[in-house]
Amino acid sequence: MSADWKGAIDCDVHPHVPNIDALKKHMNEYWRETVEVRGITAFESVAYPPNAPITLRPDWRADKAKGRARADTDAGRTAAALMDRHGFAHSILNCLYAVQLIRDEHMAAAFCSAVNDWMRAEWLDRDPRYRASIVLPLQNPELAVEEIERCAADKRFVQVLALAMGEQPLGKSHFWPVWKAAEKHGLAIGIHAGSSYHHATTGSGWPSYYLEDYAAQSLAFHTQLGSFIAEGVFVKFPKLKLVLIESGVTWIGPYLWRLSKFWRGVRLEVPWIDRSPIEFVRDHVRLTIQPFDAPASGETVGRLMDQLQSDEMLLFASDFPHWQFDNDDMMPVGIDATLRKKILIDNPLATYARLV
Amino acid sequence: MTRHVVARAADLPPGTRKKVSVENRDIVVLNIKGELFALSDKCPHKGASLCGGLLTGLVRSDGPGDYQYERKGEILRCPWHQWEFDVRTGRSYCDPRRMRLMQFPVAVEAGASVVEGPYKAETFNVSVEDDYIVLDVP
Amino acid sequence: MPLDDPMGPAITTANGKGSAAPNRLAVIDGDIHPAVRSMADFKPYLSKRWWDHYETYGMRRKHGSSNGEPYPKSAPLACRRDAWPEEGGRPGSSLRLMQEQHLDAYGVEHGILGPLGNTGQGEMNLELSAAMCSATNDWQRDTFTRPEKRLKGGLVVPYEDGVASAKEIERCGADTDFGQVFLLTRSSEPLGSRRYWPIYEAAERYNLPIGFHVFGTSGHPVSGAGWPSYYIEEGAGHSTSCQTVVTSLVIEGVFERFPKLKVVMIEGGFAWAPALAFRLDKVFERLRSEVPHLKRRPSEYIRDHVYFTTQPMEEPDDRRHVLDIMDWIGWDKLLFASDYPHWDFDDPFRAFPAGVTTEQHRRIVAENGKSVFRLN
Repeated sequence: MSADWKGAIDCDVHPHVPNIDALKKHMNEYWRETVEVRGITAFESVAYPPNAPITLRPDWRADKAKGRARADTDAGRTAAALMDRHGFAHSILNCLYAVQLIRDEHMAAAFCSAVNDWMRAEWLDRDPRYRASIVLPLQNPELAVEEIERCAADKRFVQVLALAMGEQPLGKSHFWPVWKAAEKHGLAIGIHAGSSYHHATTGSGWPSYYLEDYAAQSLAFHTQLGSFIAEGVFVKFPKLKLVLIESGVTWIGPYLWRLSKFWRGVRLEVPWIDRSPIEFVRDHVRLTIQPFDAPASGETVGRLMDQLQSDEMLLFASDFPHWQFDNDDMMPVGIDATLRKKILIDNPLATYARLV
Repeated sequence: MTRHVVARAADLPPGTRKKVSVENRDIVVLNIKGELFALSDKCPHKGASLCGGLLTGLVRSDGPGDYQYERKGEILRCPWHQWEFDVRTGRSYCDPRRMRLMQFPVAVEAGASVVEGPYKAETFNVSVEDDYIVLDVP
Repeated sequence: MPLDDPMGPAITTANGKGSAAPNRLAVIDGDIHPAVRSMADFKPYLSKRWWDHYETYGMRRKHGSSNGEPYPKSAPLACRRDAWPEEGGRPGSSLRLMQEQHLDAYGVEHGILGPLGNTGQGEMNLELSAAMCSATNDWQRDTFTRPEKRLKGGLVVPYEDGVASAKEIERCGADTDFGQVFLLTRSSEPLGSRRYWPIYEAAERYNLPIGFHVFGTSGHPVSGAGWPSYYIEEGAGHSTSCQTVVTSLVIEGVFERFPKLKVVMIEGGFAWAPALAFRLDKVFERLRSEVPHLKRRPSEYIRDHVYFTTQPMEEPDDRRHVLDIMDWIGWDKLLFASDYPHWDFDDPFRAFPAGVTTEQHRRIVAENGKSVFRLN
């Protein structure tokens, strides 16, 4: 165990639902039978093709010769790779099972409940250091609120989870009942890279390559951030924390300059935004550090970090099991010891009210 | 402080504005409902002439969907980037501390006093019968 | 040292009286918007068939509005309040005012036009689109670039039809009155898609850069996140649409296939470019087996092929941040643009922050554009 990481809070770890049987156990009889009768095999998206290099680091892949499943299907092996190995205090689970693809809002709610209960039984109960995000059926905000109310008594849930690409931008009033419930329970809002694929992944339609889809995720985060600010979500719910997960980080400074410059000219349209968007972001918005879109140059990273004008915005994350780094190089180069400690421990604690 | 006669009062009725050049300084003089305001004409942001800007109201809000409209016609918006300046304070809405317009004392004076006093009126003749707009420029 | 002290010319910008100061830079402006006084200006350039069609059915683009904007602008026609011609008509429709208020006042040696509005671009009826684009090019030439040699046209093409676009480039491309081929960023498919390659092939042949100007009606929300509510989001989102274009051109292999092609990103700012290049390089390193047609890292294609107009100028609180960005992009890849007569206009002598050296400023404002826009 390395002292460098001791006590860290890993804000993005992905538990993998191995198969639909794992979820069926957590469904009522109607949905269990539905899964069988209708031949539902899975809801998995193209966001992480299982054999694509980025999806799983080589040493965390399945190994048939050794009879080993992929590491992210097992709470014990995941804990060994992260919390045991490095001495992390907590790992926050963000399950990316693609409930967002489902068009039927009731089925989506049933699958969300199953995923959340599966995480409780197979992960949270297996290791007290795990924490988790509540997966939500945002297809219908009322059902999403019900799911929050159902899960919130369990303090191991510290966040609610949405994807960067859904039906409509998440700041819109359509979703406010959900954010209201999150605020009430002290749950952060996590937006993770990913798509419901209900819109094309770019503003000019569908690109040819997976690489472009992945790159386009950060653009959806631009839209989401603009939406949360312009719609006044932080004015309406001043205690909310918004965490942008797997967004890439370095896009945010330039986007905020543009948004803030625009605000100076067109703020009459959104008069509830009574200070610069940058200030709302410093107070309410956090980003996880993997992936970190910058070259491995301490000098460049230092200059990029300065753009944030805050040492409180970044949260440590391994993005396990995605292949974002090799060995233990989880932290971008060029981050000094003081900032490092804030990223590893202080900032996550300040973001997730239910961690303490 | 020098006092400058910049216009005949009759030439700047309510609802009009005029850009004047005094001591190498461009100043916009506005008559808003009979009240006079004199402000630096040059936008401190990128230098547009504010004389070409629109006068709008001030909009405040208590939250999303709430629009409180007040002080109609007292906010001067830059014709380029639409920044808002309060004609009473010269301050910009978006950055009131750093982005503000210099204000100049302005008043209407009777022609008789203007003719006698230590005033500068370079562009036109002053007569005792009329009233004049007088600017104090440091 | 603030630029407007040593460099700022003796001009009064608002009312247009320019005075030729000594040693002024010969400005190259990469984005000026000409406008029609009314649609009737296009009539002489359209066949009866297409004028009648236009009168009967109007234009149809992928946003559903026939009159009005889904995101109303912050000013009428998004224009400077001081740019409305006394003789009537829209800002940008009076060559006289454009000369007096802009070209003369700022010492613009060359201005590159970018026609917007009902130019036929994005029109769903592809034959109407082609006819309108041709009309726009002919009108532009007669009204602006022939009478005023400082102006160079933006060759508009019916870009959703790549073959028809190439024909239009064939028709006009040899005419040095045109400085660029003009496209909009929000196209029906990502702009690196094969359907658009005939445009790049023809542009490369005529040594014309492709200017990608923000706007357009793709029918898709600006990102996969859906349709935002407000103009502030739409406006800030233009930088997002520029990133979609650059990503697509690079990853789909356009620059590998057309190695001499130059592209100019217009009106989307530029601060986003380094972070995008960092991101693409990083993802490419992991996923290069998917795109074996790429021989180099994405940032290298960007560095060699992509230029950025500077407007609307990035204005972070700390100017060092934008200087870093300009350093990363390269001082040879930035081109001044004013966006005249639109509201978020940049002045060539005031737009840039202190810290930009006189030489760097000269390159951006007066030098880099020469080779890009065929001005040599």
